[in-house]
Amino acid sequence: MTSRVVDKVWTSIFYVIAAFVISLLIFFFVTVLSKGWGFWQPDFLFGKPSNTQAGGGVGPQLINSLYMLVITLLISVPLGLGAGIYLAEYAKQGRMLNFIRLCIETMASLPSIVVGLFGLLAFVTLTGWGYTLIGGALAITILNLPGLTRICENAILDVPSSIKEGSLALGATRWQTLVKVILPSALPQIMTGVILAAGRIFGEAAALIYTAGLTTPLLNFAADLSSKAHPLNVFRPAETLTVHIWKLNSEGIVPDAKIIAAKSAAILVIMVLLFNITARFASAALQRYFTGNRRRTTKKKMSNVA
Amino acid sequence: MMWKKSMKFGIAALLITGMLAGCGKANNTTEENAGNTDTKQEESYSGTITLAGSTALQPLAEEAANQFMEKYPDVSITVQGGGSGTGVNQVAAGAVQIGNSDVPSAEKLEDKSKAGELIDHKVAGIAFALVVNKDVNVDSLTVKQIQDIFSGKITNWKDVGGKDEKINVINRPASSGTRATFEKTVMKDVKINEAIGTVQDSNGAVEQAINSTPGSISYVAMSYLIGENKDLKTLKIDGVEPTIENIKTEKYPFWSYEYMITKGEPKDAVRGFIDYVKSEEFASKVKEMGYIPMSELE
Amino acid sequence: MKEKRRLNYWKNEYIGRILVTFCGLLIVITTLSIIAFICGKGIQSFTENGISLKEMLFSTEWKPSDSHPKYGAVIFIVGSMLVSIGAVLLSTPIAIALAIFMNFISPKFGSAVLKPVLELLVGIPSVVYGWLGVTLLIPLLREWFGGVGFSLLAGIIVLSIMILPTITSIASDALSGVPFSYLEASYGLGSTRWQAISRVIVPAARTGILTGIVLGLARAFGEALAVQMVIGNTVKLPSGLYSPTATLTGILTMDMSNTINGTAWNNALWTLAMILLFISFFFIVLIRMIGQRGER
Repeated sequence: MTSRVVDKVWTSIFYVIAAFVISLLIFFFVTVLSKGWGFWQPDFLFGKPSNTQAGGGVGPQLINSLYMLVITLLISVPLGLGAGIYLAEYAKQGRMLNFIRLCIETMASLPSIVVGLFGLLAFVTLTGWGYTLIGGALAITILNLPGLTRICENAILDVPSSIKEGSLALGATRWQTLVKVILPSALPQIMTGVILAAGRIFGEAAALIYTAGLTTPLLNFAADLSSKAHPLNVFRPAETLTVHIWKLNSEGIVPDAKIIAAKSAAILVIMVLLFNITARFASAALQRYFTGNRRRTTKKKMSNVA
Repeated sequence: MMWKKSMKFGIAALLITGMLAGCGKANNTTEENAGNTDTKQEESYSGTITLAGSTALQPLAEEAANQFMEKYPDVSITVQGGGSGTGVNQVAAGAVQIGNSDVPSAEKLEDKSKAGELIDHKVAGIAFALVVNKDVNVDSLTVKQIQDIFSGKITNWKDVGGKDEKINVINRPASSGTRATFEKTVMKDVKINEAIGTVQDSNGAVEQAINSTPGSISYVAMSYLIGENKDLKTLKIDGVEPTIENIKTEKYPFWSYEYMITKGEPKDAVRGFIDYVKSEEFASKVKEMGYIPMSELE
Repeated sequence: MKEKRRLNYWKNEYIGRILVTFCGLLIVITTLSIIAFICGKGIQSFTENGISLKEMLFSTEWKPSDSHPKYGAVIFIVGSMLVSIGAVLLSTPIAIALAIFMNFISPKFGSAVLKPVLELLVGIPSVVYGWLGVTLLIPLLREWFGGVGFSLLAGIIVLSIMILPTITSIASDALSGVPFSYLEASYGLGSTRWQAISRVIVPAARTGILTGIVLGLARAFGEALAVQMVIGNTVKLPSGLYSPTATLTGILTMDMSNTINGTAWNNALWTLAMILLFISFFFIVLIRMIGQRGER
């Protein structure tokens, strides 16, 4: 066999593998969506769940998932951004930085069940809050902070040093340079990372079972904000959609438990899809807004997948 | 500048959250105090109750909570899962008012001195059934046969009157309340062989595995079998069906109580709720959901 | 005037700096408190319940509910190792092929289609992966090999899909870091694309690829729900690829919530969590060593 033929053969093997992975994903989506067909019905999306009868919905769970996402992002994005800035701009090379990185890597490798049990002790029992949405949000913050920190740090480091030097040369302080020059140009990459992380926050289950709980009180917008029935009170138990799937698949005694679980899975998958599409468009739009051209750096963004 | 502002906002939001934390806590305690002091008469309860623990008892507790809250709108009850161990832990730590458990608290705690503070309330009975895949053409097993199957002495259905097919044993995890009941009431002194078969985490996972695995056998709670879509085949034990009648007359062994555990004697709304779960009023719902009402067991 | 400017400077420079340093420190504090928490609980099984370290690390007998309980963790450690290593073995060739495809065969298609596909694979929640594993993979395996289907092999397959994006993205970064001149020089010497890739590019990027593999291994080790749903959880050493076994994370998810604080059983489970943590440490150290070797 000549080397030219070998080359052809390998090229086609690469094509086959790429096609295989793509079709695998399509297959997953088709399976999940077809098993959960009908998930868009308003009765299901906004209805109240039932303990005994078929035909319940997932309204509260959907609200909880979205609200949990917002709260988690409110806590974890400033922290992740701060830590990312610190690592990229201020931390001095040496023992301390090494140690912080070790901590971040350790934090990233914690299994979510361990974080959940830590959350049970720290945010549920020790604080006396009981099972709360905020406890859940803090637990997922622990899970997502390492990833967000890395995204922000990489985004800041990827800003060409010429831009930074130019700003400093014009007499701007380090902080001014950071806030007015570096962060805006790192923003598209940070946005992409945050939106992709949002997808993962949406899908977390194990840590929430022990912190945000398995039920939701009857929600009522007319209730007092301090009451557990008010949807926006963060000190109320909040079962999310992923936890709902887990619960239905493990102990659900509603007659249509399996169908509700399948439909919920379909909603989750659709949400993940939406987050990814949003991430693409947001990143492209911001890039255009800040740089004034359509050039996109594709290579750098790969690092966000990890 | 914009960025600094949003940073500040972020930090401020965090601080506020922290403060709210304090407030939330304070509110809760005052509410509870109010519930404790203001309700001297029997017929009106108020306050917040949190239950946590056993997933087997959770559906019943949730349904009872909904009915109870309808009756006494001033009471707010939330029911959490987490497993029997979590239930006992949380109630012992004072984090919840009621811990749900499949087994008495004393059986879970090693330190017997701690068990003294905890009071177990039997709130319902729960029956369990042996279930098999639909292709198994056996309808009843003797206790001895069951012991032999789960200890690994019998490995083929033909040895217990079925067709020539391998028996696939499915167990629950060693810490599960369902398995504890199975060991206590059916296996008795015979040990389950850990090295045969597979282990599934929950009633739902067992159902899925039984439905799809030929020749499989396991055990699930009757409350889980109530739904219309459950087409698991249940077996009789020594020819006896798992019905409330057979349990009352002590013919069917495989059942246990479900417990609600409190730290010290329950007061006010908590006592009201536990009494409600046990009451005649709620009994028909208990039956409908596949549990056994206390009124039928006493 | 000068005063005010200085004040402004101070405000701008130091408040920001203090804030971001605080964020960095917060990560350190959180991590240390979680480690302290896990180790504090994990050590109790040795100090309070008198389980010997030797039994824990070298015995295959795990019988926590017996009247004479035994706490040997070997089965879970081996189970976790086998399933993670198996997943990495299955996933790595595909990941490297994808990385090559994205960088050299068709970069346009790679960034327009393959990259989003991988991002979506990351985004699918592990509950859904487990559910797909139980409803699709297990029946398929049963049809092919007979038996129950719940097995080490099922765990390996599910995990390999979950860690594929991790390894691919890091391998791809490593490949794109290889200077373009290498490829040109190789072409200039008359080699085909395959020869250039297999003999020049991939060897040049090997430390980066290795980092990706170890990171994938670490991720596989910590995954809980999806693996627990398909691996069978039988407490015994697997007799082959198509035999059920149990993992550290699996036994943690199943038994942790059903046992009570302070009992020997619960403490032994925390010791398993501590072992999991130490193994993660080991992987992190390994990644750093690979990284350092690459820099030389």
